[in-house]
Amino acid sequence: MNNLSVDHMLGIKYLNKNDIDLIFQTADNFKKIINQPIKKVPSLRDVTIANLFFENSTRTKLSFELAEKRLSADVINFSSASSSVKKGETLLDTVNNILAMKVDIIVMRHPNPGASVFLSRNISAKIVNAGDGTHEHPTQALLDSFSIREKYGEVAGKKIVIIGDILHSRVALSNIYCLKKLGAEVGVCGPSTLMPKYLDSLGVNHFSSLNAALKWCDVANVLRIQLERQDVQLLPSLREYSNVYGINKKVLDSLDKQITIMHPGPINRGVELTSDVADSEHSIILNQVENGVAIRMAVLYLLSIKKN
Amino acid sequence: MNEQREILNSTQLEIIIKRLSQELIESHQDFSNSVIVSLQPRGKYLAKRIISCLSENFNINSIDSGDLDISFYRDDLLTKKSPIITEKINMDITVDNKRVILIDDVLFTARSVRAAMDAVMPFGRPKSIELLVLIDRRLSRHIPIQPNYVGKIVDAIDSERVVVDWLKNSVLILKDKNE
Repeated sequence: MNNLSVDHMLGIKYLNKNDIDLIFQTADNFKKIINQPIKKVPSLRDVTIANLFFENSTRTKLSFELAEKRLSADVINFSSASSSVKKGETLLDTVNNILAMKVDIIVMRHPNPGASVFLSRNISAKIVNAGDGTHEHPTQALLDSFSIREKYGEVAGKKIVIIGDILHSRVALSNIYCLKKLGAEVGVCGPSTLMPKYLDSLGVNHFSSLNAALKWCDVANVLRIQLERQDVQLLPSLREYSNVYGINKKVLDSLDKQITIMHPGPINRGVELTSDVADSEHSIILNQVENGVAIRMAVLYLLSIKKN
Repeated sequence: MNEQREILNSTQLEIIIKRLSQELIESHQDFSNSVIVSLQPRGKYLAKRIISCLSENFNINSIDSGDLDISFYRDDLLTKKSPIITEKINMDITVDNKRVILIDDVLFTARSVRAAMDAVMPFGRPKSIELLVLIDRRLSRHIPIQPNYVGKIVDAIDSERVVVDWLKNSVLILKDKNE
């Protein structure tokens, strides 16, 4: 199990448990390396990586860029806001033009689900999906499970509830796949208008009551309400959502146990989480960010050394 | 089908480990300003044997030591045909201003040692770096690196493999009949 079974990182759906374990073991070493005084290794010095972001991103883009630079790869960045995409160029043309500049790996975020799968079938470079619409965000799910493993020693047997906008969340879908593959029990909680129809096929527990969900779980992974993806009104208001599904200190204090709070960011403070919860000792939100760099280094490294 | 011949048996190996330990004492005395760093995977076993020899026979205990993983620093990472296995990094030490003794079982092309020198630098600026190996394949060097402490010098051709079997305590030369 020293080789990934996949040539691209398109989604957790395509990985097996050995792949995830290998990524975690490699990330353990990279986490040690990024905490050394000298954080850079020469591993990917012959590799060129293009970060193509057709959708806004702050932490994922920074995290990937930092991971690439820590691995000594050459990095080029592309953002659709200032590109020829605005002039009507197709995705395939844009990417083929970039590939003509001899790029080895493409890290892509795109608003359309399946964009990275489409790309992987049509071009020769290795593709890393950095989020494709409402579909998958594999590196986020890997870093979330890695953070749970770091906190509890293992993921298997733990109860994780994902709270919020499951319908529009690629983080939720990737997390469900990843946690289930690692043997965790997964629950989801949120308004029924924000729950996907295919939920039953994923084998997750559904909670409509926040309190019941929090009492059940060891870890609560809290998601942001993605207003930008909602073309119809699915919530009366953010204020009402916050009243029913927002987590504050009072809600946590009412539980007879302590649970771990996670959030993939960006946090809407006062909506899904209050500041005293987000900044509390039970929150591992900043650990997630740190682990994100190690996980992305591991993914890029393992894809680069993959032998076919 | 492999042909093999033993070049060191367990008694010889024991004598060599004791001699290498004594050579280290000559140079490092009580090891108060020295650290032993092994190159994983196989250097770890030799380092363990030397550390326990120093403790059992010469009463030198609590030597700072660590195990490096050099995978990320290798120059053949992207070109090697078989996947490179990463080992767990065990370096809870600083090498800053310390005399570092790198330990590996077989010195062949010396590319691993070059990578190890890069890998050790992030843990501080060593006062010096020395190299101890059990077997020196002196005719196979790609890089001008020489060991400071050598167990045995072996002249083997490229198609032969020198293997240290730490379970049976012997060193073998394996030759592929097809070669």
